[in-house]
Amino acid sequence: MSPLGRAAGVVGPPIALFAVVVLLWELLCVALELPPYLVPSPIAVARAGIEHADTIAWSTLLTAAGALAGLGASLVLGSLVALAFANSRWIARAFYPYAIFLQTVPVVAIAPLIVIWFGTGFASVALVALIVSLFPVISAATTGLTRVDPQLLDLFTFYGASRWQIMLKLRLPGSIPHVVSGARIASGLAVIGAIVGEFFAGYGADEYGLGYLIIVTSGQLRTDYLFAAILASTLLGLATFGAVSLIGAAVLRRWRSREIER
Amino acid sequence: MLGSRRVRPLVLARDLHLRYPSGVVALAGVDLEVTRGELVALVGPSGCGKSTLLRAIAGLVPFTGGTLEIAGKSPLDARRERQGDAFVFQDPSLLPWRRVADNVGLPLELLGRPPAERAPAVAQALAQVGLADAARAYPDELSGGMKMRASLARALVTRPELLLLDEPFGALDELGRRRLNDTLVALWERDRWTGLMITHSLLEAVTLATRVIVMGESPGRIVASLAIDLPRPRPLDGPEGPAILAHVAALERHLGSAEAPR
Ligand SMILES: Nc1ncnc2c1ncn2[C@@H]1O[C@H](COP(=O)(O)OP(=O)(O)OP(=O)(O)O)[C@@H](O)[C@H]1O
Ligand SMILES: [Mg+2]
Repeated sequence: MSPLGRAAGVVGPPIALFAVVVLLWELLCVALELPPYLVPSPIAVARAGIEHADTIAWSTLLTAAGALAGLGASLVLGSLVALAFANSRWIARAFYPYAIFLQTVPVVAIAPLIVIWFGTGFASVALVALIVSLFPVISAATTGLTRVDPQLLDLFTFYGASRWQIMLKLRLPGSIPHVVSGARIASGLAVIGAIVGEFFAGYGADEYGLGYLIIVTSGQLRTDYLFAAILASTLLGLATFGAVSLIGAAVLRRWRSREIER
Repeated sequence: MLGSRRVRPLVLARDLHLRYPSGVVALAGVDLEVTRGELVALVGPSGCGKSTLLRAIAGLVPFTGGTLEIAGKSPLDARRERQGDAFVFQDPSLLPWRRVADNVGLPLELLGRPPAERAPAVAQALAQVGLADAARAYPDELSGGMKMRASLARALVTRPELLLLDEPFGALDELGRRRLNDTLVALWERDRWTGLMITHSLLEAVTLATRVIVMGESPGRIVASLAIDLPRPRPLDGPEGPAILAHVAALERHLGSAEAPR
């Protein structure tokens, strides 16, 4: 099959399903005469989207910036933490429970605290995205650095490799597939984190992203506009996940590694 | 003064005991002498401690009783000072992100040899195993047999005096395995390093080795040693065929008595 045909085979079915659902939705809205502030028809959503295209695009860009800043920070910080964990059992034992805390703490609960400490605006939004996306990176990178083929470890030990050599020539390159798969999970979470962050940290800020737009439009019962903002959030999440997956695939090709199944 | 005339064996184990931290007693009184230039095959039931014995000789796992010397030194000192005895694992254990030549040069790299010294040694080792053309390939571009050849080249690159092989070609199909065995024996006949090779095929052991050692389980110790004094090559349909089969039968009897009574 040609590459084009294969691409059509992948995106064709979901697009067809989407079209069917939108059609049904439109028909239901008309047939049941649903009030537009409860369920706006797809046409109304499209109209709102076009009318506010500038604002939505700008908000999407801002949210994307917050999510990417948070994701970048969590990749750097997560890798550093994983390095510390992999190098010292003591550090790992002491800090790992708190790393899990990152995953279990409800971000909605700490976002207001972050606003109190760091104020509203971009930095707080990125910080929430960082907190939400950090754990998968730490966990994947730690696994990658510590789970090494015992035969390879024997090989390195046999030829007198130092800890440093084992880290540099075996553990680090061997952890790349794990980090890639951690980054993919983190990318979706970072977008969610940025939007939730904007629920709180977007208020009063000069610039506001999709999260703020969602809060404002829902407060005003402008449901068609709200739907358009939700759609933009979804597309942003998909685009981020797709971009990170593509970059990840290129990195894996460069390192001749295979994806880690999780 | 007759005693001092005796050649000191390259590998000498006396009443060797090894108990893993988990409490498993893997070796309980192993007596073993391997003279320079021998190609010894080691057979025994699964779990009897063959790999453990090899790893103890390699200085990869500490023994807990008795004596073990390589050229009069402790395994650890021998490994550090002799720099370049070799270990071949069951799997090729190549680093997927390194080209074949860089994989083969890894031992020299870890031992701190300068690049100018490494390149010719790598080229020579690759030529010895018939992989000169694959130097720039990545491992995932090689067949299973070629990967194992690369692994063998990596072992030969330090010009080892002692070669330890743990079921080296066990993952290959029958034909690929026979070819690699032929390569191994040809290299041994030319360079006469000392080989200690685990195999689970009695026929392979008799075909390759100058001597076959049988290990028994519970406790792990050596129960028989059988010299194979036959001319080479040793095809089964050649004049030595009956003698080869007689040796295999004798080994089978020893193995039968080596199985732990249940
Ligand atoms: N790292 C380890 N820690 C604890 N026990 C071990 C370890 N490695 C091996 N053992 C145990 O020691 C015993 C001997 O194992 P070993 O791998 O040396 O046997 P083997 O003869 O090589 O077996 P096989 O033919 O299956 O490769 C087994 O009971 C095994 O479970
Ligand atoms: Mg074994």
